[in-house]
Amino acid sequence: MEEISGYPKVGEFLMRHATSIISLGISSFLAILAAAFAHDKAFASHMWVLAAVLVISVIVLLRRENFQPAAAVDPSAYMDGPIRYGAIATMFWAVVGLLVGVIVALQLTYPALNIEPWFNFGRMRPLHTSGVIFAFCGNALIATSFYVVQRTSRARLFGGDLAWFVFWGYQLFIVMAATGYLLGITEAREYAEPEWYVDLWLTVVWVAYLVVFLGTIIKRKEPHIYVANWFYLAFIVTVAMLHIVNNLSLPVSFLGSKSYSAFSGVQDALTQWWYGHNAVGFFLTAGFLGMMYYFVPKQANRPVYSYRLSIIHFWALIFLYIWAGPHHLHFTALPDWAQTLGMVFSIMLWMPSWGGMINGLMTLSGAWDKLRTDPIIRMMVAAIAFYGMSTFEGPMMSIKTVNSLSHYTDWTIGHVHSGALGWNGLIAFAALYYMVPKLWVRERLYSLRMVSWHLWLATLGIVVYAAVMWVSGIQQGLMWREHDEQGFLIYSFVESVAALHPYYLIRALGGVLYLSGALLMAFNITMTILGYQRDEAPSGGTLPYPQPAE
Amino acid sequence: MDYHTMRTFADSWGLVSMLVFFLAASAFVFRPGSRDVSAEAARIPLKDDSDER
Repeated sequence: MEEISGYPKVGEFLMRHATSIISLGISSFLAILAAAFAHDKAFASHMWVLAAVLVISVIVLLRRENFQPAAAVDPSAYMDGPIRYGAIATMFWAVVGLLVGVIVALQLTYPALNIEPWFNFGRMRPLHTSGVIFAFCGNALIATSFYVVQRTSRARLFGGDLAWFVFWGYQLFIVMAATGYLLGITEAREYAEPEWYVDLWLTVVWVAYLVVFLGTIIKRKEPHIYVANWFYLAFIVTVAMLHIVNNLSLPVSFLGSKSYSAFSGVQDALTQWWYGHNAVGFFLTAGFLGMMYYFVPKQANRPVYSYRLSIIHFWALIFLYIWAGPHHLHFTALPDWAQTLGMVFSIMLWMPSWGGMINGLMTLSGAWDKLRTDPIIRMMVAAIAFYGMSTFEGPMMSIKTVNSLSHYTDWTIGHVHSGALGWNGLIAFAALYYMVPKLWVRERLYSLRMVSWHLWLATLGIVVYAAVMWVSGIQQGLMWREHDEQGFLIYSFVESVAALHPYYLIRALGGVLYLSGALLMAFNITMTILGYQRDEAPSGGTLPYPQPAE
Repeated sequence: MDYHTMRTFADSWGLVSMLVFFLAASAFVFRPGSRDVSAEAARIPLKDDSDER
């Protein structure tokens, strides 16, 4: 307990959360007003949700308030509070997002599971995609970026409590986006479904995020900016640009849930996929490469294989990714030259992607024995391998001839999942396994054998998922194009749907395997945080360690 | 500035300037003496001894 020096004078308030409580209180009042004067019913419901969340936050803050003077902050210590919360949020949203994924997979298999209106596939699907991309991966990115930038800059996070604002503001965005989808509020822009007022809120949070991150880099004590921070910064800046441009829209009413895009027709489609593909390129690739460039060297205790290659990797990725979006619009009204441009840049992306993959894997050169004893390293290697595989498959699918078969089929879904579950999921889980014992000052994880189980359950799940989606996607594509000698199509669309039923069931099984791995992780990490250690034999302990020949 | 001016700029000078920047950045990475600098930079995550703070 810190020494309490000097009690407050009469009339001097020492409420630590005063500003937060007052602004949340005012916001709750405004949310209730917005609900009362709403232009449409969906907006009113959404504002009631907002008001409820804000009022609960006020109550929680009031209950946690104490009137003792705050302990002085050591300006040289790292600020790990928001990172601890971020690690828990990452774990929580991973389980939620994956669970919703299994549910939507089953809804596709058994249409009776669509419970109208709130829980039918059309509303649950964005809940799953946003849940895993923005809630799970987003929290992983924010938490790890705060962790990495402090430790590679040797500086405390800039902006004091602003980092807390980023964390809680981002959770509010997630809650508003998720509840909006279930209420039927959507812009119908893939991976950017939230309506205009939620978009504006995310913009505010994101600017605060940029200020915290950039401020920490600016006040760094390390002269060089480590390459992981380059990737994180590129992710933050580019996502800000993508988010703002893609969501340029005009609300119908200031108190209504509907807005219309500033673009129309094919321009709108191109803007959407310029956003959509770069959400993959910068949210799920650049940001996660930042993770790779810090956590793989840390866990292997070796510097990155080639630092100079990592710089080339960075610039090549940045310059090429931004042009690849049009490959989502092959054979549409988009001009041919733009389609070809998208295809050519996608193929060129092979080089930085594989350069980066090799750089990550080769970091282990000379330490490959760790693969046998350290399941976290194994998980990182699996993640990097999936990165290599999905960044090989993606450019191949962007080739027009291949795309004419794969477009709109389950092949695309399989591709996305080998990247998202394999690369993003596994590297984020590995980063969590690395960070959690450090953040809570535990000697080790509760159980390393559970990490091993998690890895194999996840890998098996991904393999089942991706393989079955290849089969179903190619069958679907072939059925759609099959025609007789007079040019009539052989199959109706619904026949292709019926043919896919068994594949959808197996896909759901793959999802269940991956989800059970994540549940194992949630248990393992919770026990680690609570301070328990499982009594177990070390991994790889049964094999004799190689001895020099006698 | 209409669409066609922007498009013409993008596939000429815009493209050239980005290519030049990329080539220059790559050349800079492999400039003489960069080996030691990058070896030093690669050790930044490892020399942090205050992880447990």
